[in-house]
Amino acid sequence: MPPGIAAPDFALPSTLDRPLGPGDGRGRPLILVFYPADWSPVCTDQLTLYQEVMPEFEKHDAALFGISVDGRWCHLAFAKDRNLRFPLLADFEPKGEVARAYGVYRAEDGTSERALFVIDPAGVVSWSYVSPTEVNPGADGILRALEDLAAKGVAR
Amino acid sequence: MRATRWEARLVLPVSEERDHVQGPGDAPVTLVEYGDYECPYCGEAYPIVKQIQERMEEQLRFVFRNFPISTAHPHAEYAAEAAEAAAAQDRFWEMHDHLYEHQQRLRVDDLRSYAQAIELDLDLFDKELAEHVHADRVHEDFLSGVRSGVNGTPTFFINGMRHDDPYDLETLLVALEAAAELGKGGADHGGS
Repeated sequence: MPPGIAAPDFALPSTLDRPLGPGDGRGRPLILVFYPADWSPVCTDQLTLYQEVMPEFEKHDAALFGISVDGRWCHLAFAKDRNLRFPLLADFEPKGEVARAYGVYRAEDGTSERALFVIDPAGVVSWSYVSPTEVNPGADGILRALEDLAAKGVAR
Repeated sequence: MRATRWEARLVLPVSEERDHVQGPGDAPVTLVEYGDYECPYCGEAYPIVKQIQERMEEQLRFVFRNFPISTAHPHAEYAAEAAEAAAAQDRFWEMHDHLYEHQQRLRVDDLRSYAQAIELDLDLFDKELAEHVHADRVHEDFLSGVRSGVNGTPTFFINGMRHDDPYDLETLLVALEAAAELGKGGADHGGS
């Protein structure tokens, strides 16, 4: 999904008590983190890192949602176990529909790619990155994208 | 899907004034570790780094920076601040060794006993820990790691480039010796 495209809309069950979608980040930058599965080693390190870097994301007023094909109850247990305080969204039924809409579904194993999207406050994709599934893409790219957004905001 | 690619390089160059450094400033190779005192993988890497230092002697400069992941390791931040408090009294490496040699015991009482063992001024140590005097420094290390592509711990940089291969003794040694050969040719070796 190239930058400049409107982020596909959705509403998914989440670890909060309500469905969440891109509209819930409207007015602020939104970081969408697609990951293959709760509990798998790389996902855990990646999401733990994002929890740790959260104060930096929040300096840009950004929200962060994690998304995988796991169900809501699995997400709740995972988030509790790993002290993750950002919402996890369940792309569970129909399975992977949102991942497909973002072009990051992996039909061969029924999960999603490890993919990052930064969506600007108007709901337009401003940056995206797909990492090899086994590689933790880190937080630097997200921070750069948020800084680019902030710079554009000033120029506007 | 467009893929953004960037090289993982150390964005905060090694500074003899700022950093905790072992080995000569003009060594042909500099190894930087971003580590967490409560991380078991860092605990495994600790004796490996020691062996490498013994083998490479004056060929190697070693730098340690903090990357505490409190989300996973509740004692890591305080332990990092304790190491920095020891650094303020010129005892960083003694504390560093104590912490990695006693990774299972990092409660505040434990940190105090290590401070006592290395003969720190305990009143000053207690005060600095309680007031989080060194929290900014630890956070600066952490952020410099995030911006350099540290995505977990331990992460090593050899002459400023992230080492993405395993960090067993043999692999690290081969990489460091290769970098040392290049470094002798006069390449920059402080990172960035």
